[in-house]
Amino acid sequence: MSRASDVLSGEHFINGNTASAEGAIAAGCRFFAGYPITPSTEVAERMSRRLPQIGGTFIQMEDELASMCAILGASWGGVKSMTATSGPGFSLMMENFGLGVMTETPSVIVNVMRGGPSTGLPTLAAQADVMQARWGTHGSCDVIALAPSSPQEMFDFTLRAFNLSERYRLPVMVLSDEIVGHMTEKVVIPPAEGIELFDRRKPSEPPSEGYLPFEPGPDLVPPMANAGEGYHMHVTGLTHDERGYPIITAAAQTKLVRRLCEKIRQNSRDIIACTEMETDGAEVVVVSYGISARTSWKAIRAAQRGGVKVGQLKLDTLWPFPEERVRALAGKVRGFVVPELNMGQMVYEVERCAAGQCRTRLVPHPGGETHDPADILAAIREVAA
Amino acid sequence: MSPAFHEDGRRPEGYREIRFAGFGGQGIILAGLIAGKAASLFDGRNAVLTESYGPEARGGACSAGVIISDEKIFYPHVSAPDTMMIMSQEAFKTYGPAITADGLMVVDADLVTVSELKKGVRLYKVPFTALSEEVGKRIVANIVMLGAFTAVSGAVSLEAMKKSVLATVPKGTEELNMKAFQKGFDAAKALL
Repeated sequence: MSRASDVLSGEHFINGNTASAEGAIAAGCRFFAGYPITPSTEVAERMSRRLPQIGGTFIQMEDELASMCAILGASWGGVKSMTATSGPGFSLMMENFGLGVMTETPSVIVNVMRGGPSTGLPTLAAQADVMQARWGTHGSCDVIALAPSSPQEMFDFTLRAFNLSERYRLPVMVLSDEIVGHMTEKVVIPPAEGIELFDRRKPSEPPSEGYLPFEPGPDLVPPMANAGEGYHMHVTGLTHDERGYPIITAAAQTKLVRRLCEKIRQNSRDIIACTEMETDGAEVVVVSYGISARTSWKAIRAAQRGGVKVGQLKLDTLWPFPEERVRALAGKVRGFVVPELNMGQMVYEVERCAAGQCRTRLVPHPGGETHDPADILAAIREVAA
Repeated sequence: MSPAFHEDGRRPEGYREIRFAGFGGQGIILAGLIAGKAASLFDGRNAVLTESYGPEARGGACSAGVIISDEKIFYPHVSAPDTMMIMSQEAFKTYGPAITADGLMVVDADLVTVSELKKGVRLYKVPFTALSEEVGKRIVANIVMLGAFTAVSGAVSLEAMKKSVLATVPKGTEELNMKAFQKGFDAAKALL
């Protein structure tokens, strides 16, 4: 279905949202359903132009609830699918995000975060949906969310989001922000043959009477047959057994929900990605992500010039959270500094993993702009003192 | 702390912060994109473009910030611009005061009245819009401005800039745009 010539290999000077769309296309995405919303609209714009050129489908839906449903349906039809949105739209997608988790439907949601609550700051950045990404849908589940900090990472992480969604069968989130989405930088798109793609595993047996569409493999992920391939299947948001039939009992719930969580937890080492810079021997480690990771670096350099040993743990995946790494660092450093464009969200995870071994200092900012690096610098100095 | 400077007040070698500003519809963002692309793809340096504009499609304040550096650029926002290309009075009023003391400012001679300016700033006045009318179309005033920018700033090579203009403008408009670029380049060179 996808051809090498569909991938725009080469060097480009493009914004983050455009890069995200190209990452999706390089990953094999051929279906986009969405409702335009600032500051994510360029993703939809790009997809609306590109998908028809390469045999894909673009649909502008009536709203975000329908958008989320449409990408789940497309995925069951065998096509890699995505949507893109921001704050208010992300809230509307939360219910059907849960449907995607429960029905184990590979798909990708890009949230280019803007200031909230409510309609908030349509044109200005925040990072305030990171806990909503984790807990926003009702029920108990584990999720995967990636946090790009540049147009190059918008390309790379969107591509990876597709691979993870196909590998672990769930909707994977890319949590960007207005600044990264609208920032323009060089993006290198590798040759198509150099891009590693993971496509959902298919059932090894041909269709038969006893087919169990939700029977997991050893990695806890069930192989996935597409609709129309002859397999009998039943797909529901209700708690179900391996046949996909609703079973409303505690036993069925325990079996299913445990597995949905465990398939992420058991494979978390494969999923979690961090970029560590100069953390060896550091007294202070700045834990940050997205645009805040870039702002932090300015402060880190300034602190280093003043003699403070400070490094950075940049969270490339927010969920699952890199518990082991943060716990290990907590035993070695004086403290963590956590700048984020919200009033305190990922800091709770850092604090939880630090478990009193070291200090955790939040540098909050309600959004609308990046931190002043001076505020981060002051926090680093305070923790180092 | 200005993020653009080392703590000792020194700027990293080759580090430039450029502000393009005017009103929506003048092609300010496109100008920033062409300049950033020239530095990034054709001069092989690092460049980042950020933009800001109001909700209006035309007429609102509009600005593009471009940082060019040989080092990796972390903080992406222009905070202490050493170079400003100004195409409206409102933009001059809004952004003018932020220019560095030894900065370079080029304004549209007919659209901007320079009232107050930091001492030490080098100021050039080039009639971008009037020159674009001479080429035939006011729509290329931003490309005239880029010609002037290339002539006086030294931030991007002439060759890279020409390549970037050609790689960005719509097919069939190359000749018009190159004429506009040359007009601006020559007019600014004559002032040096």
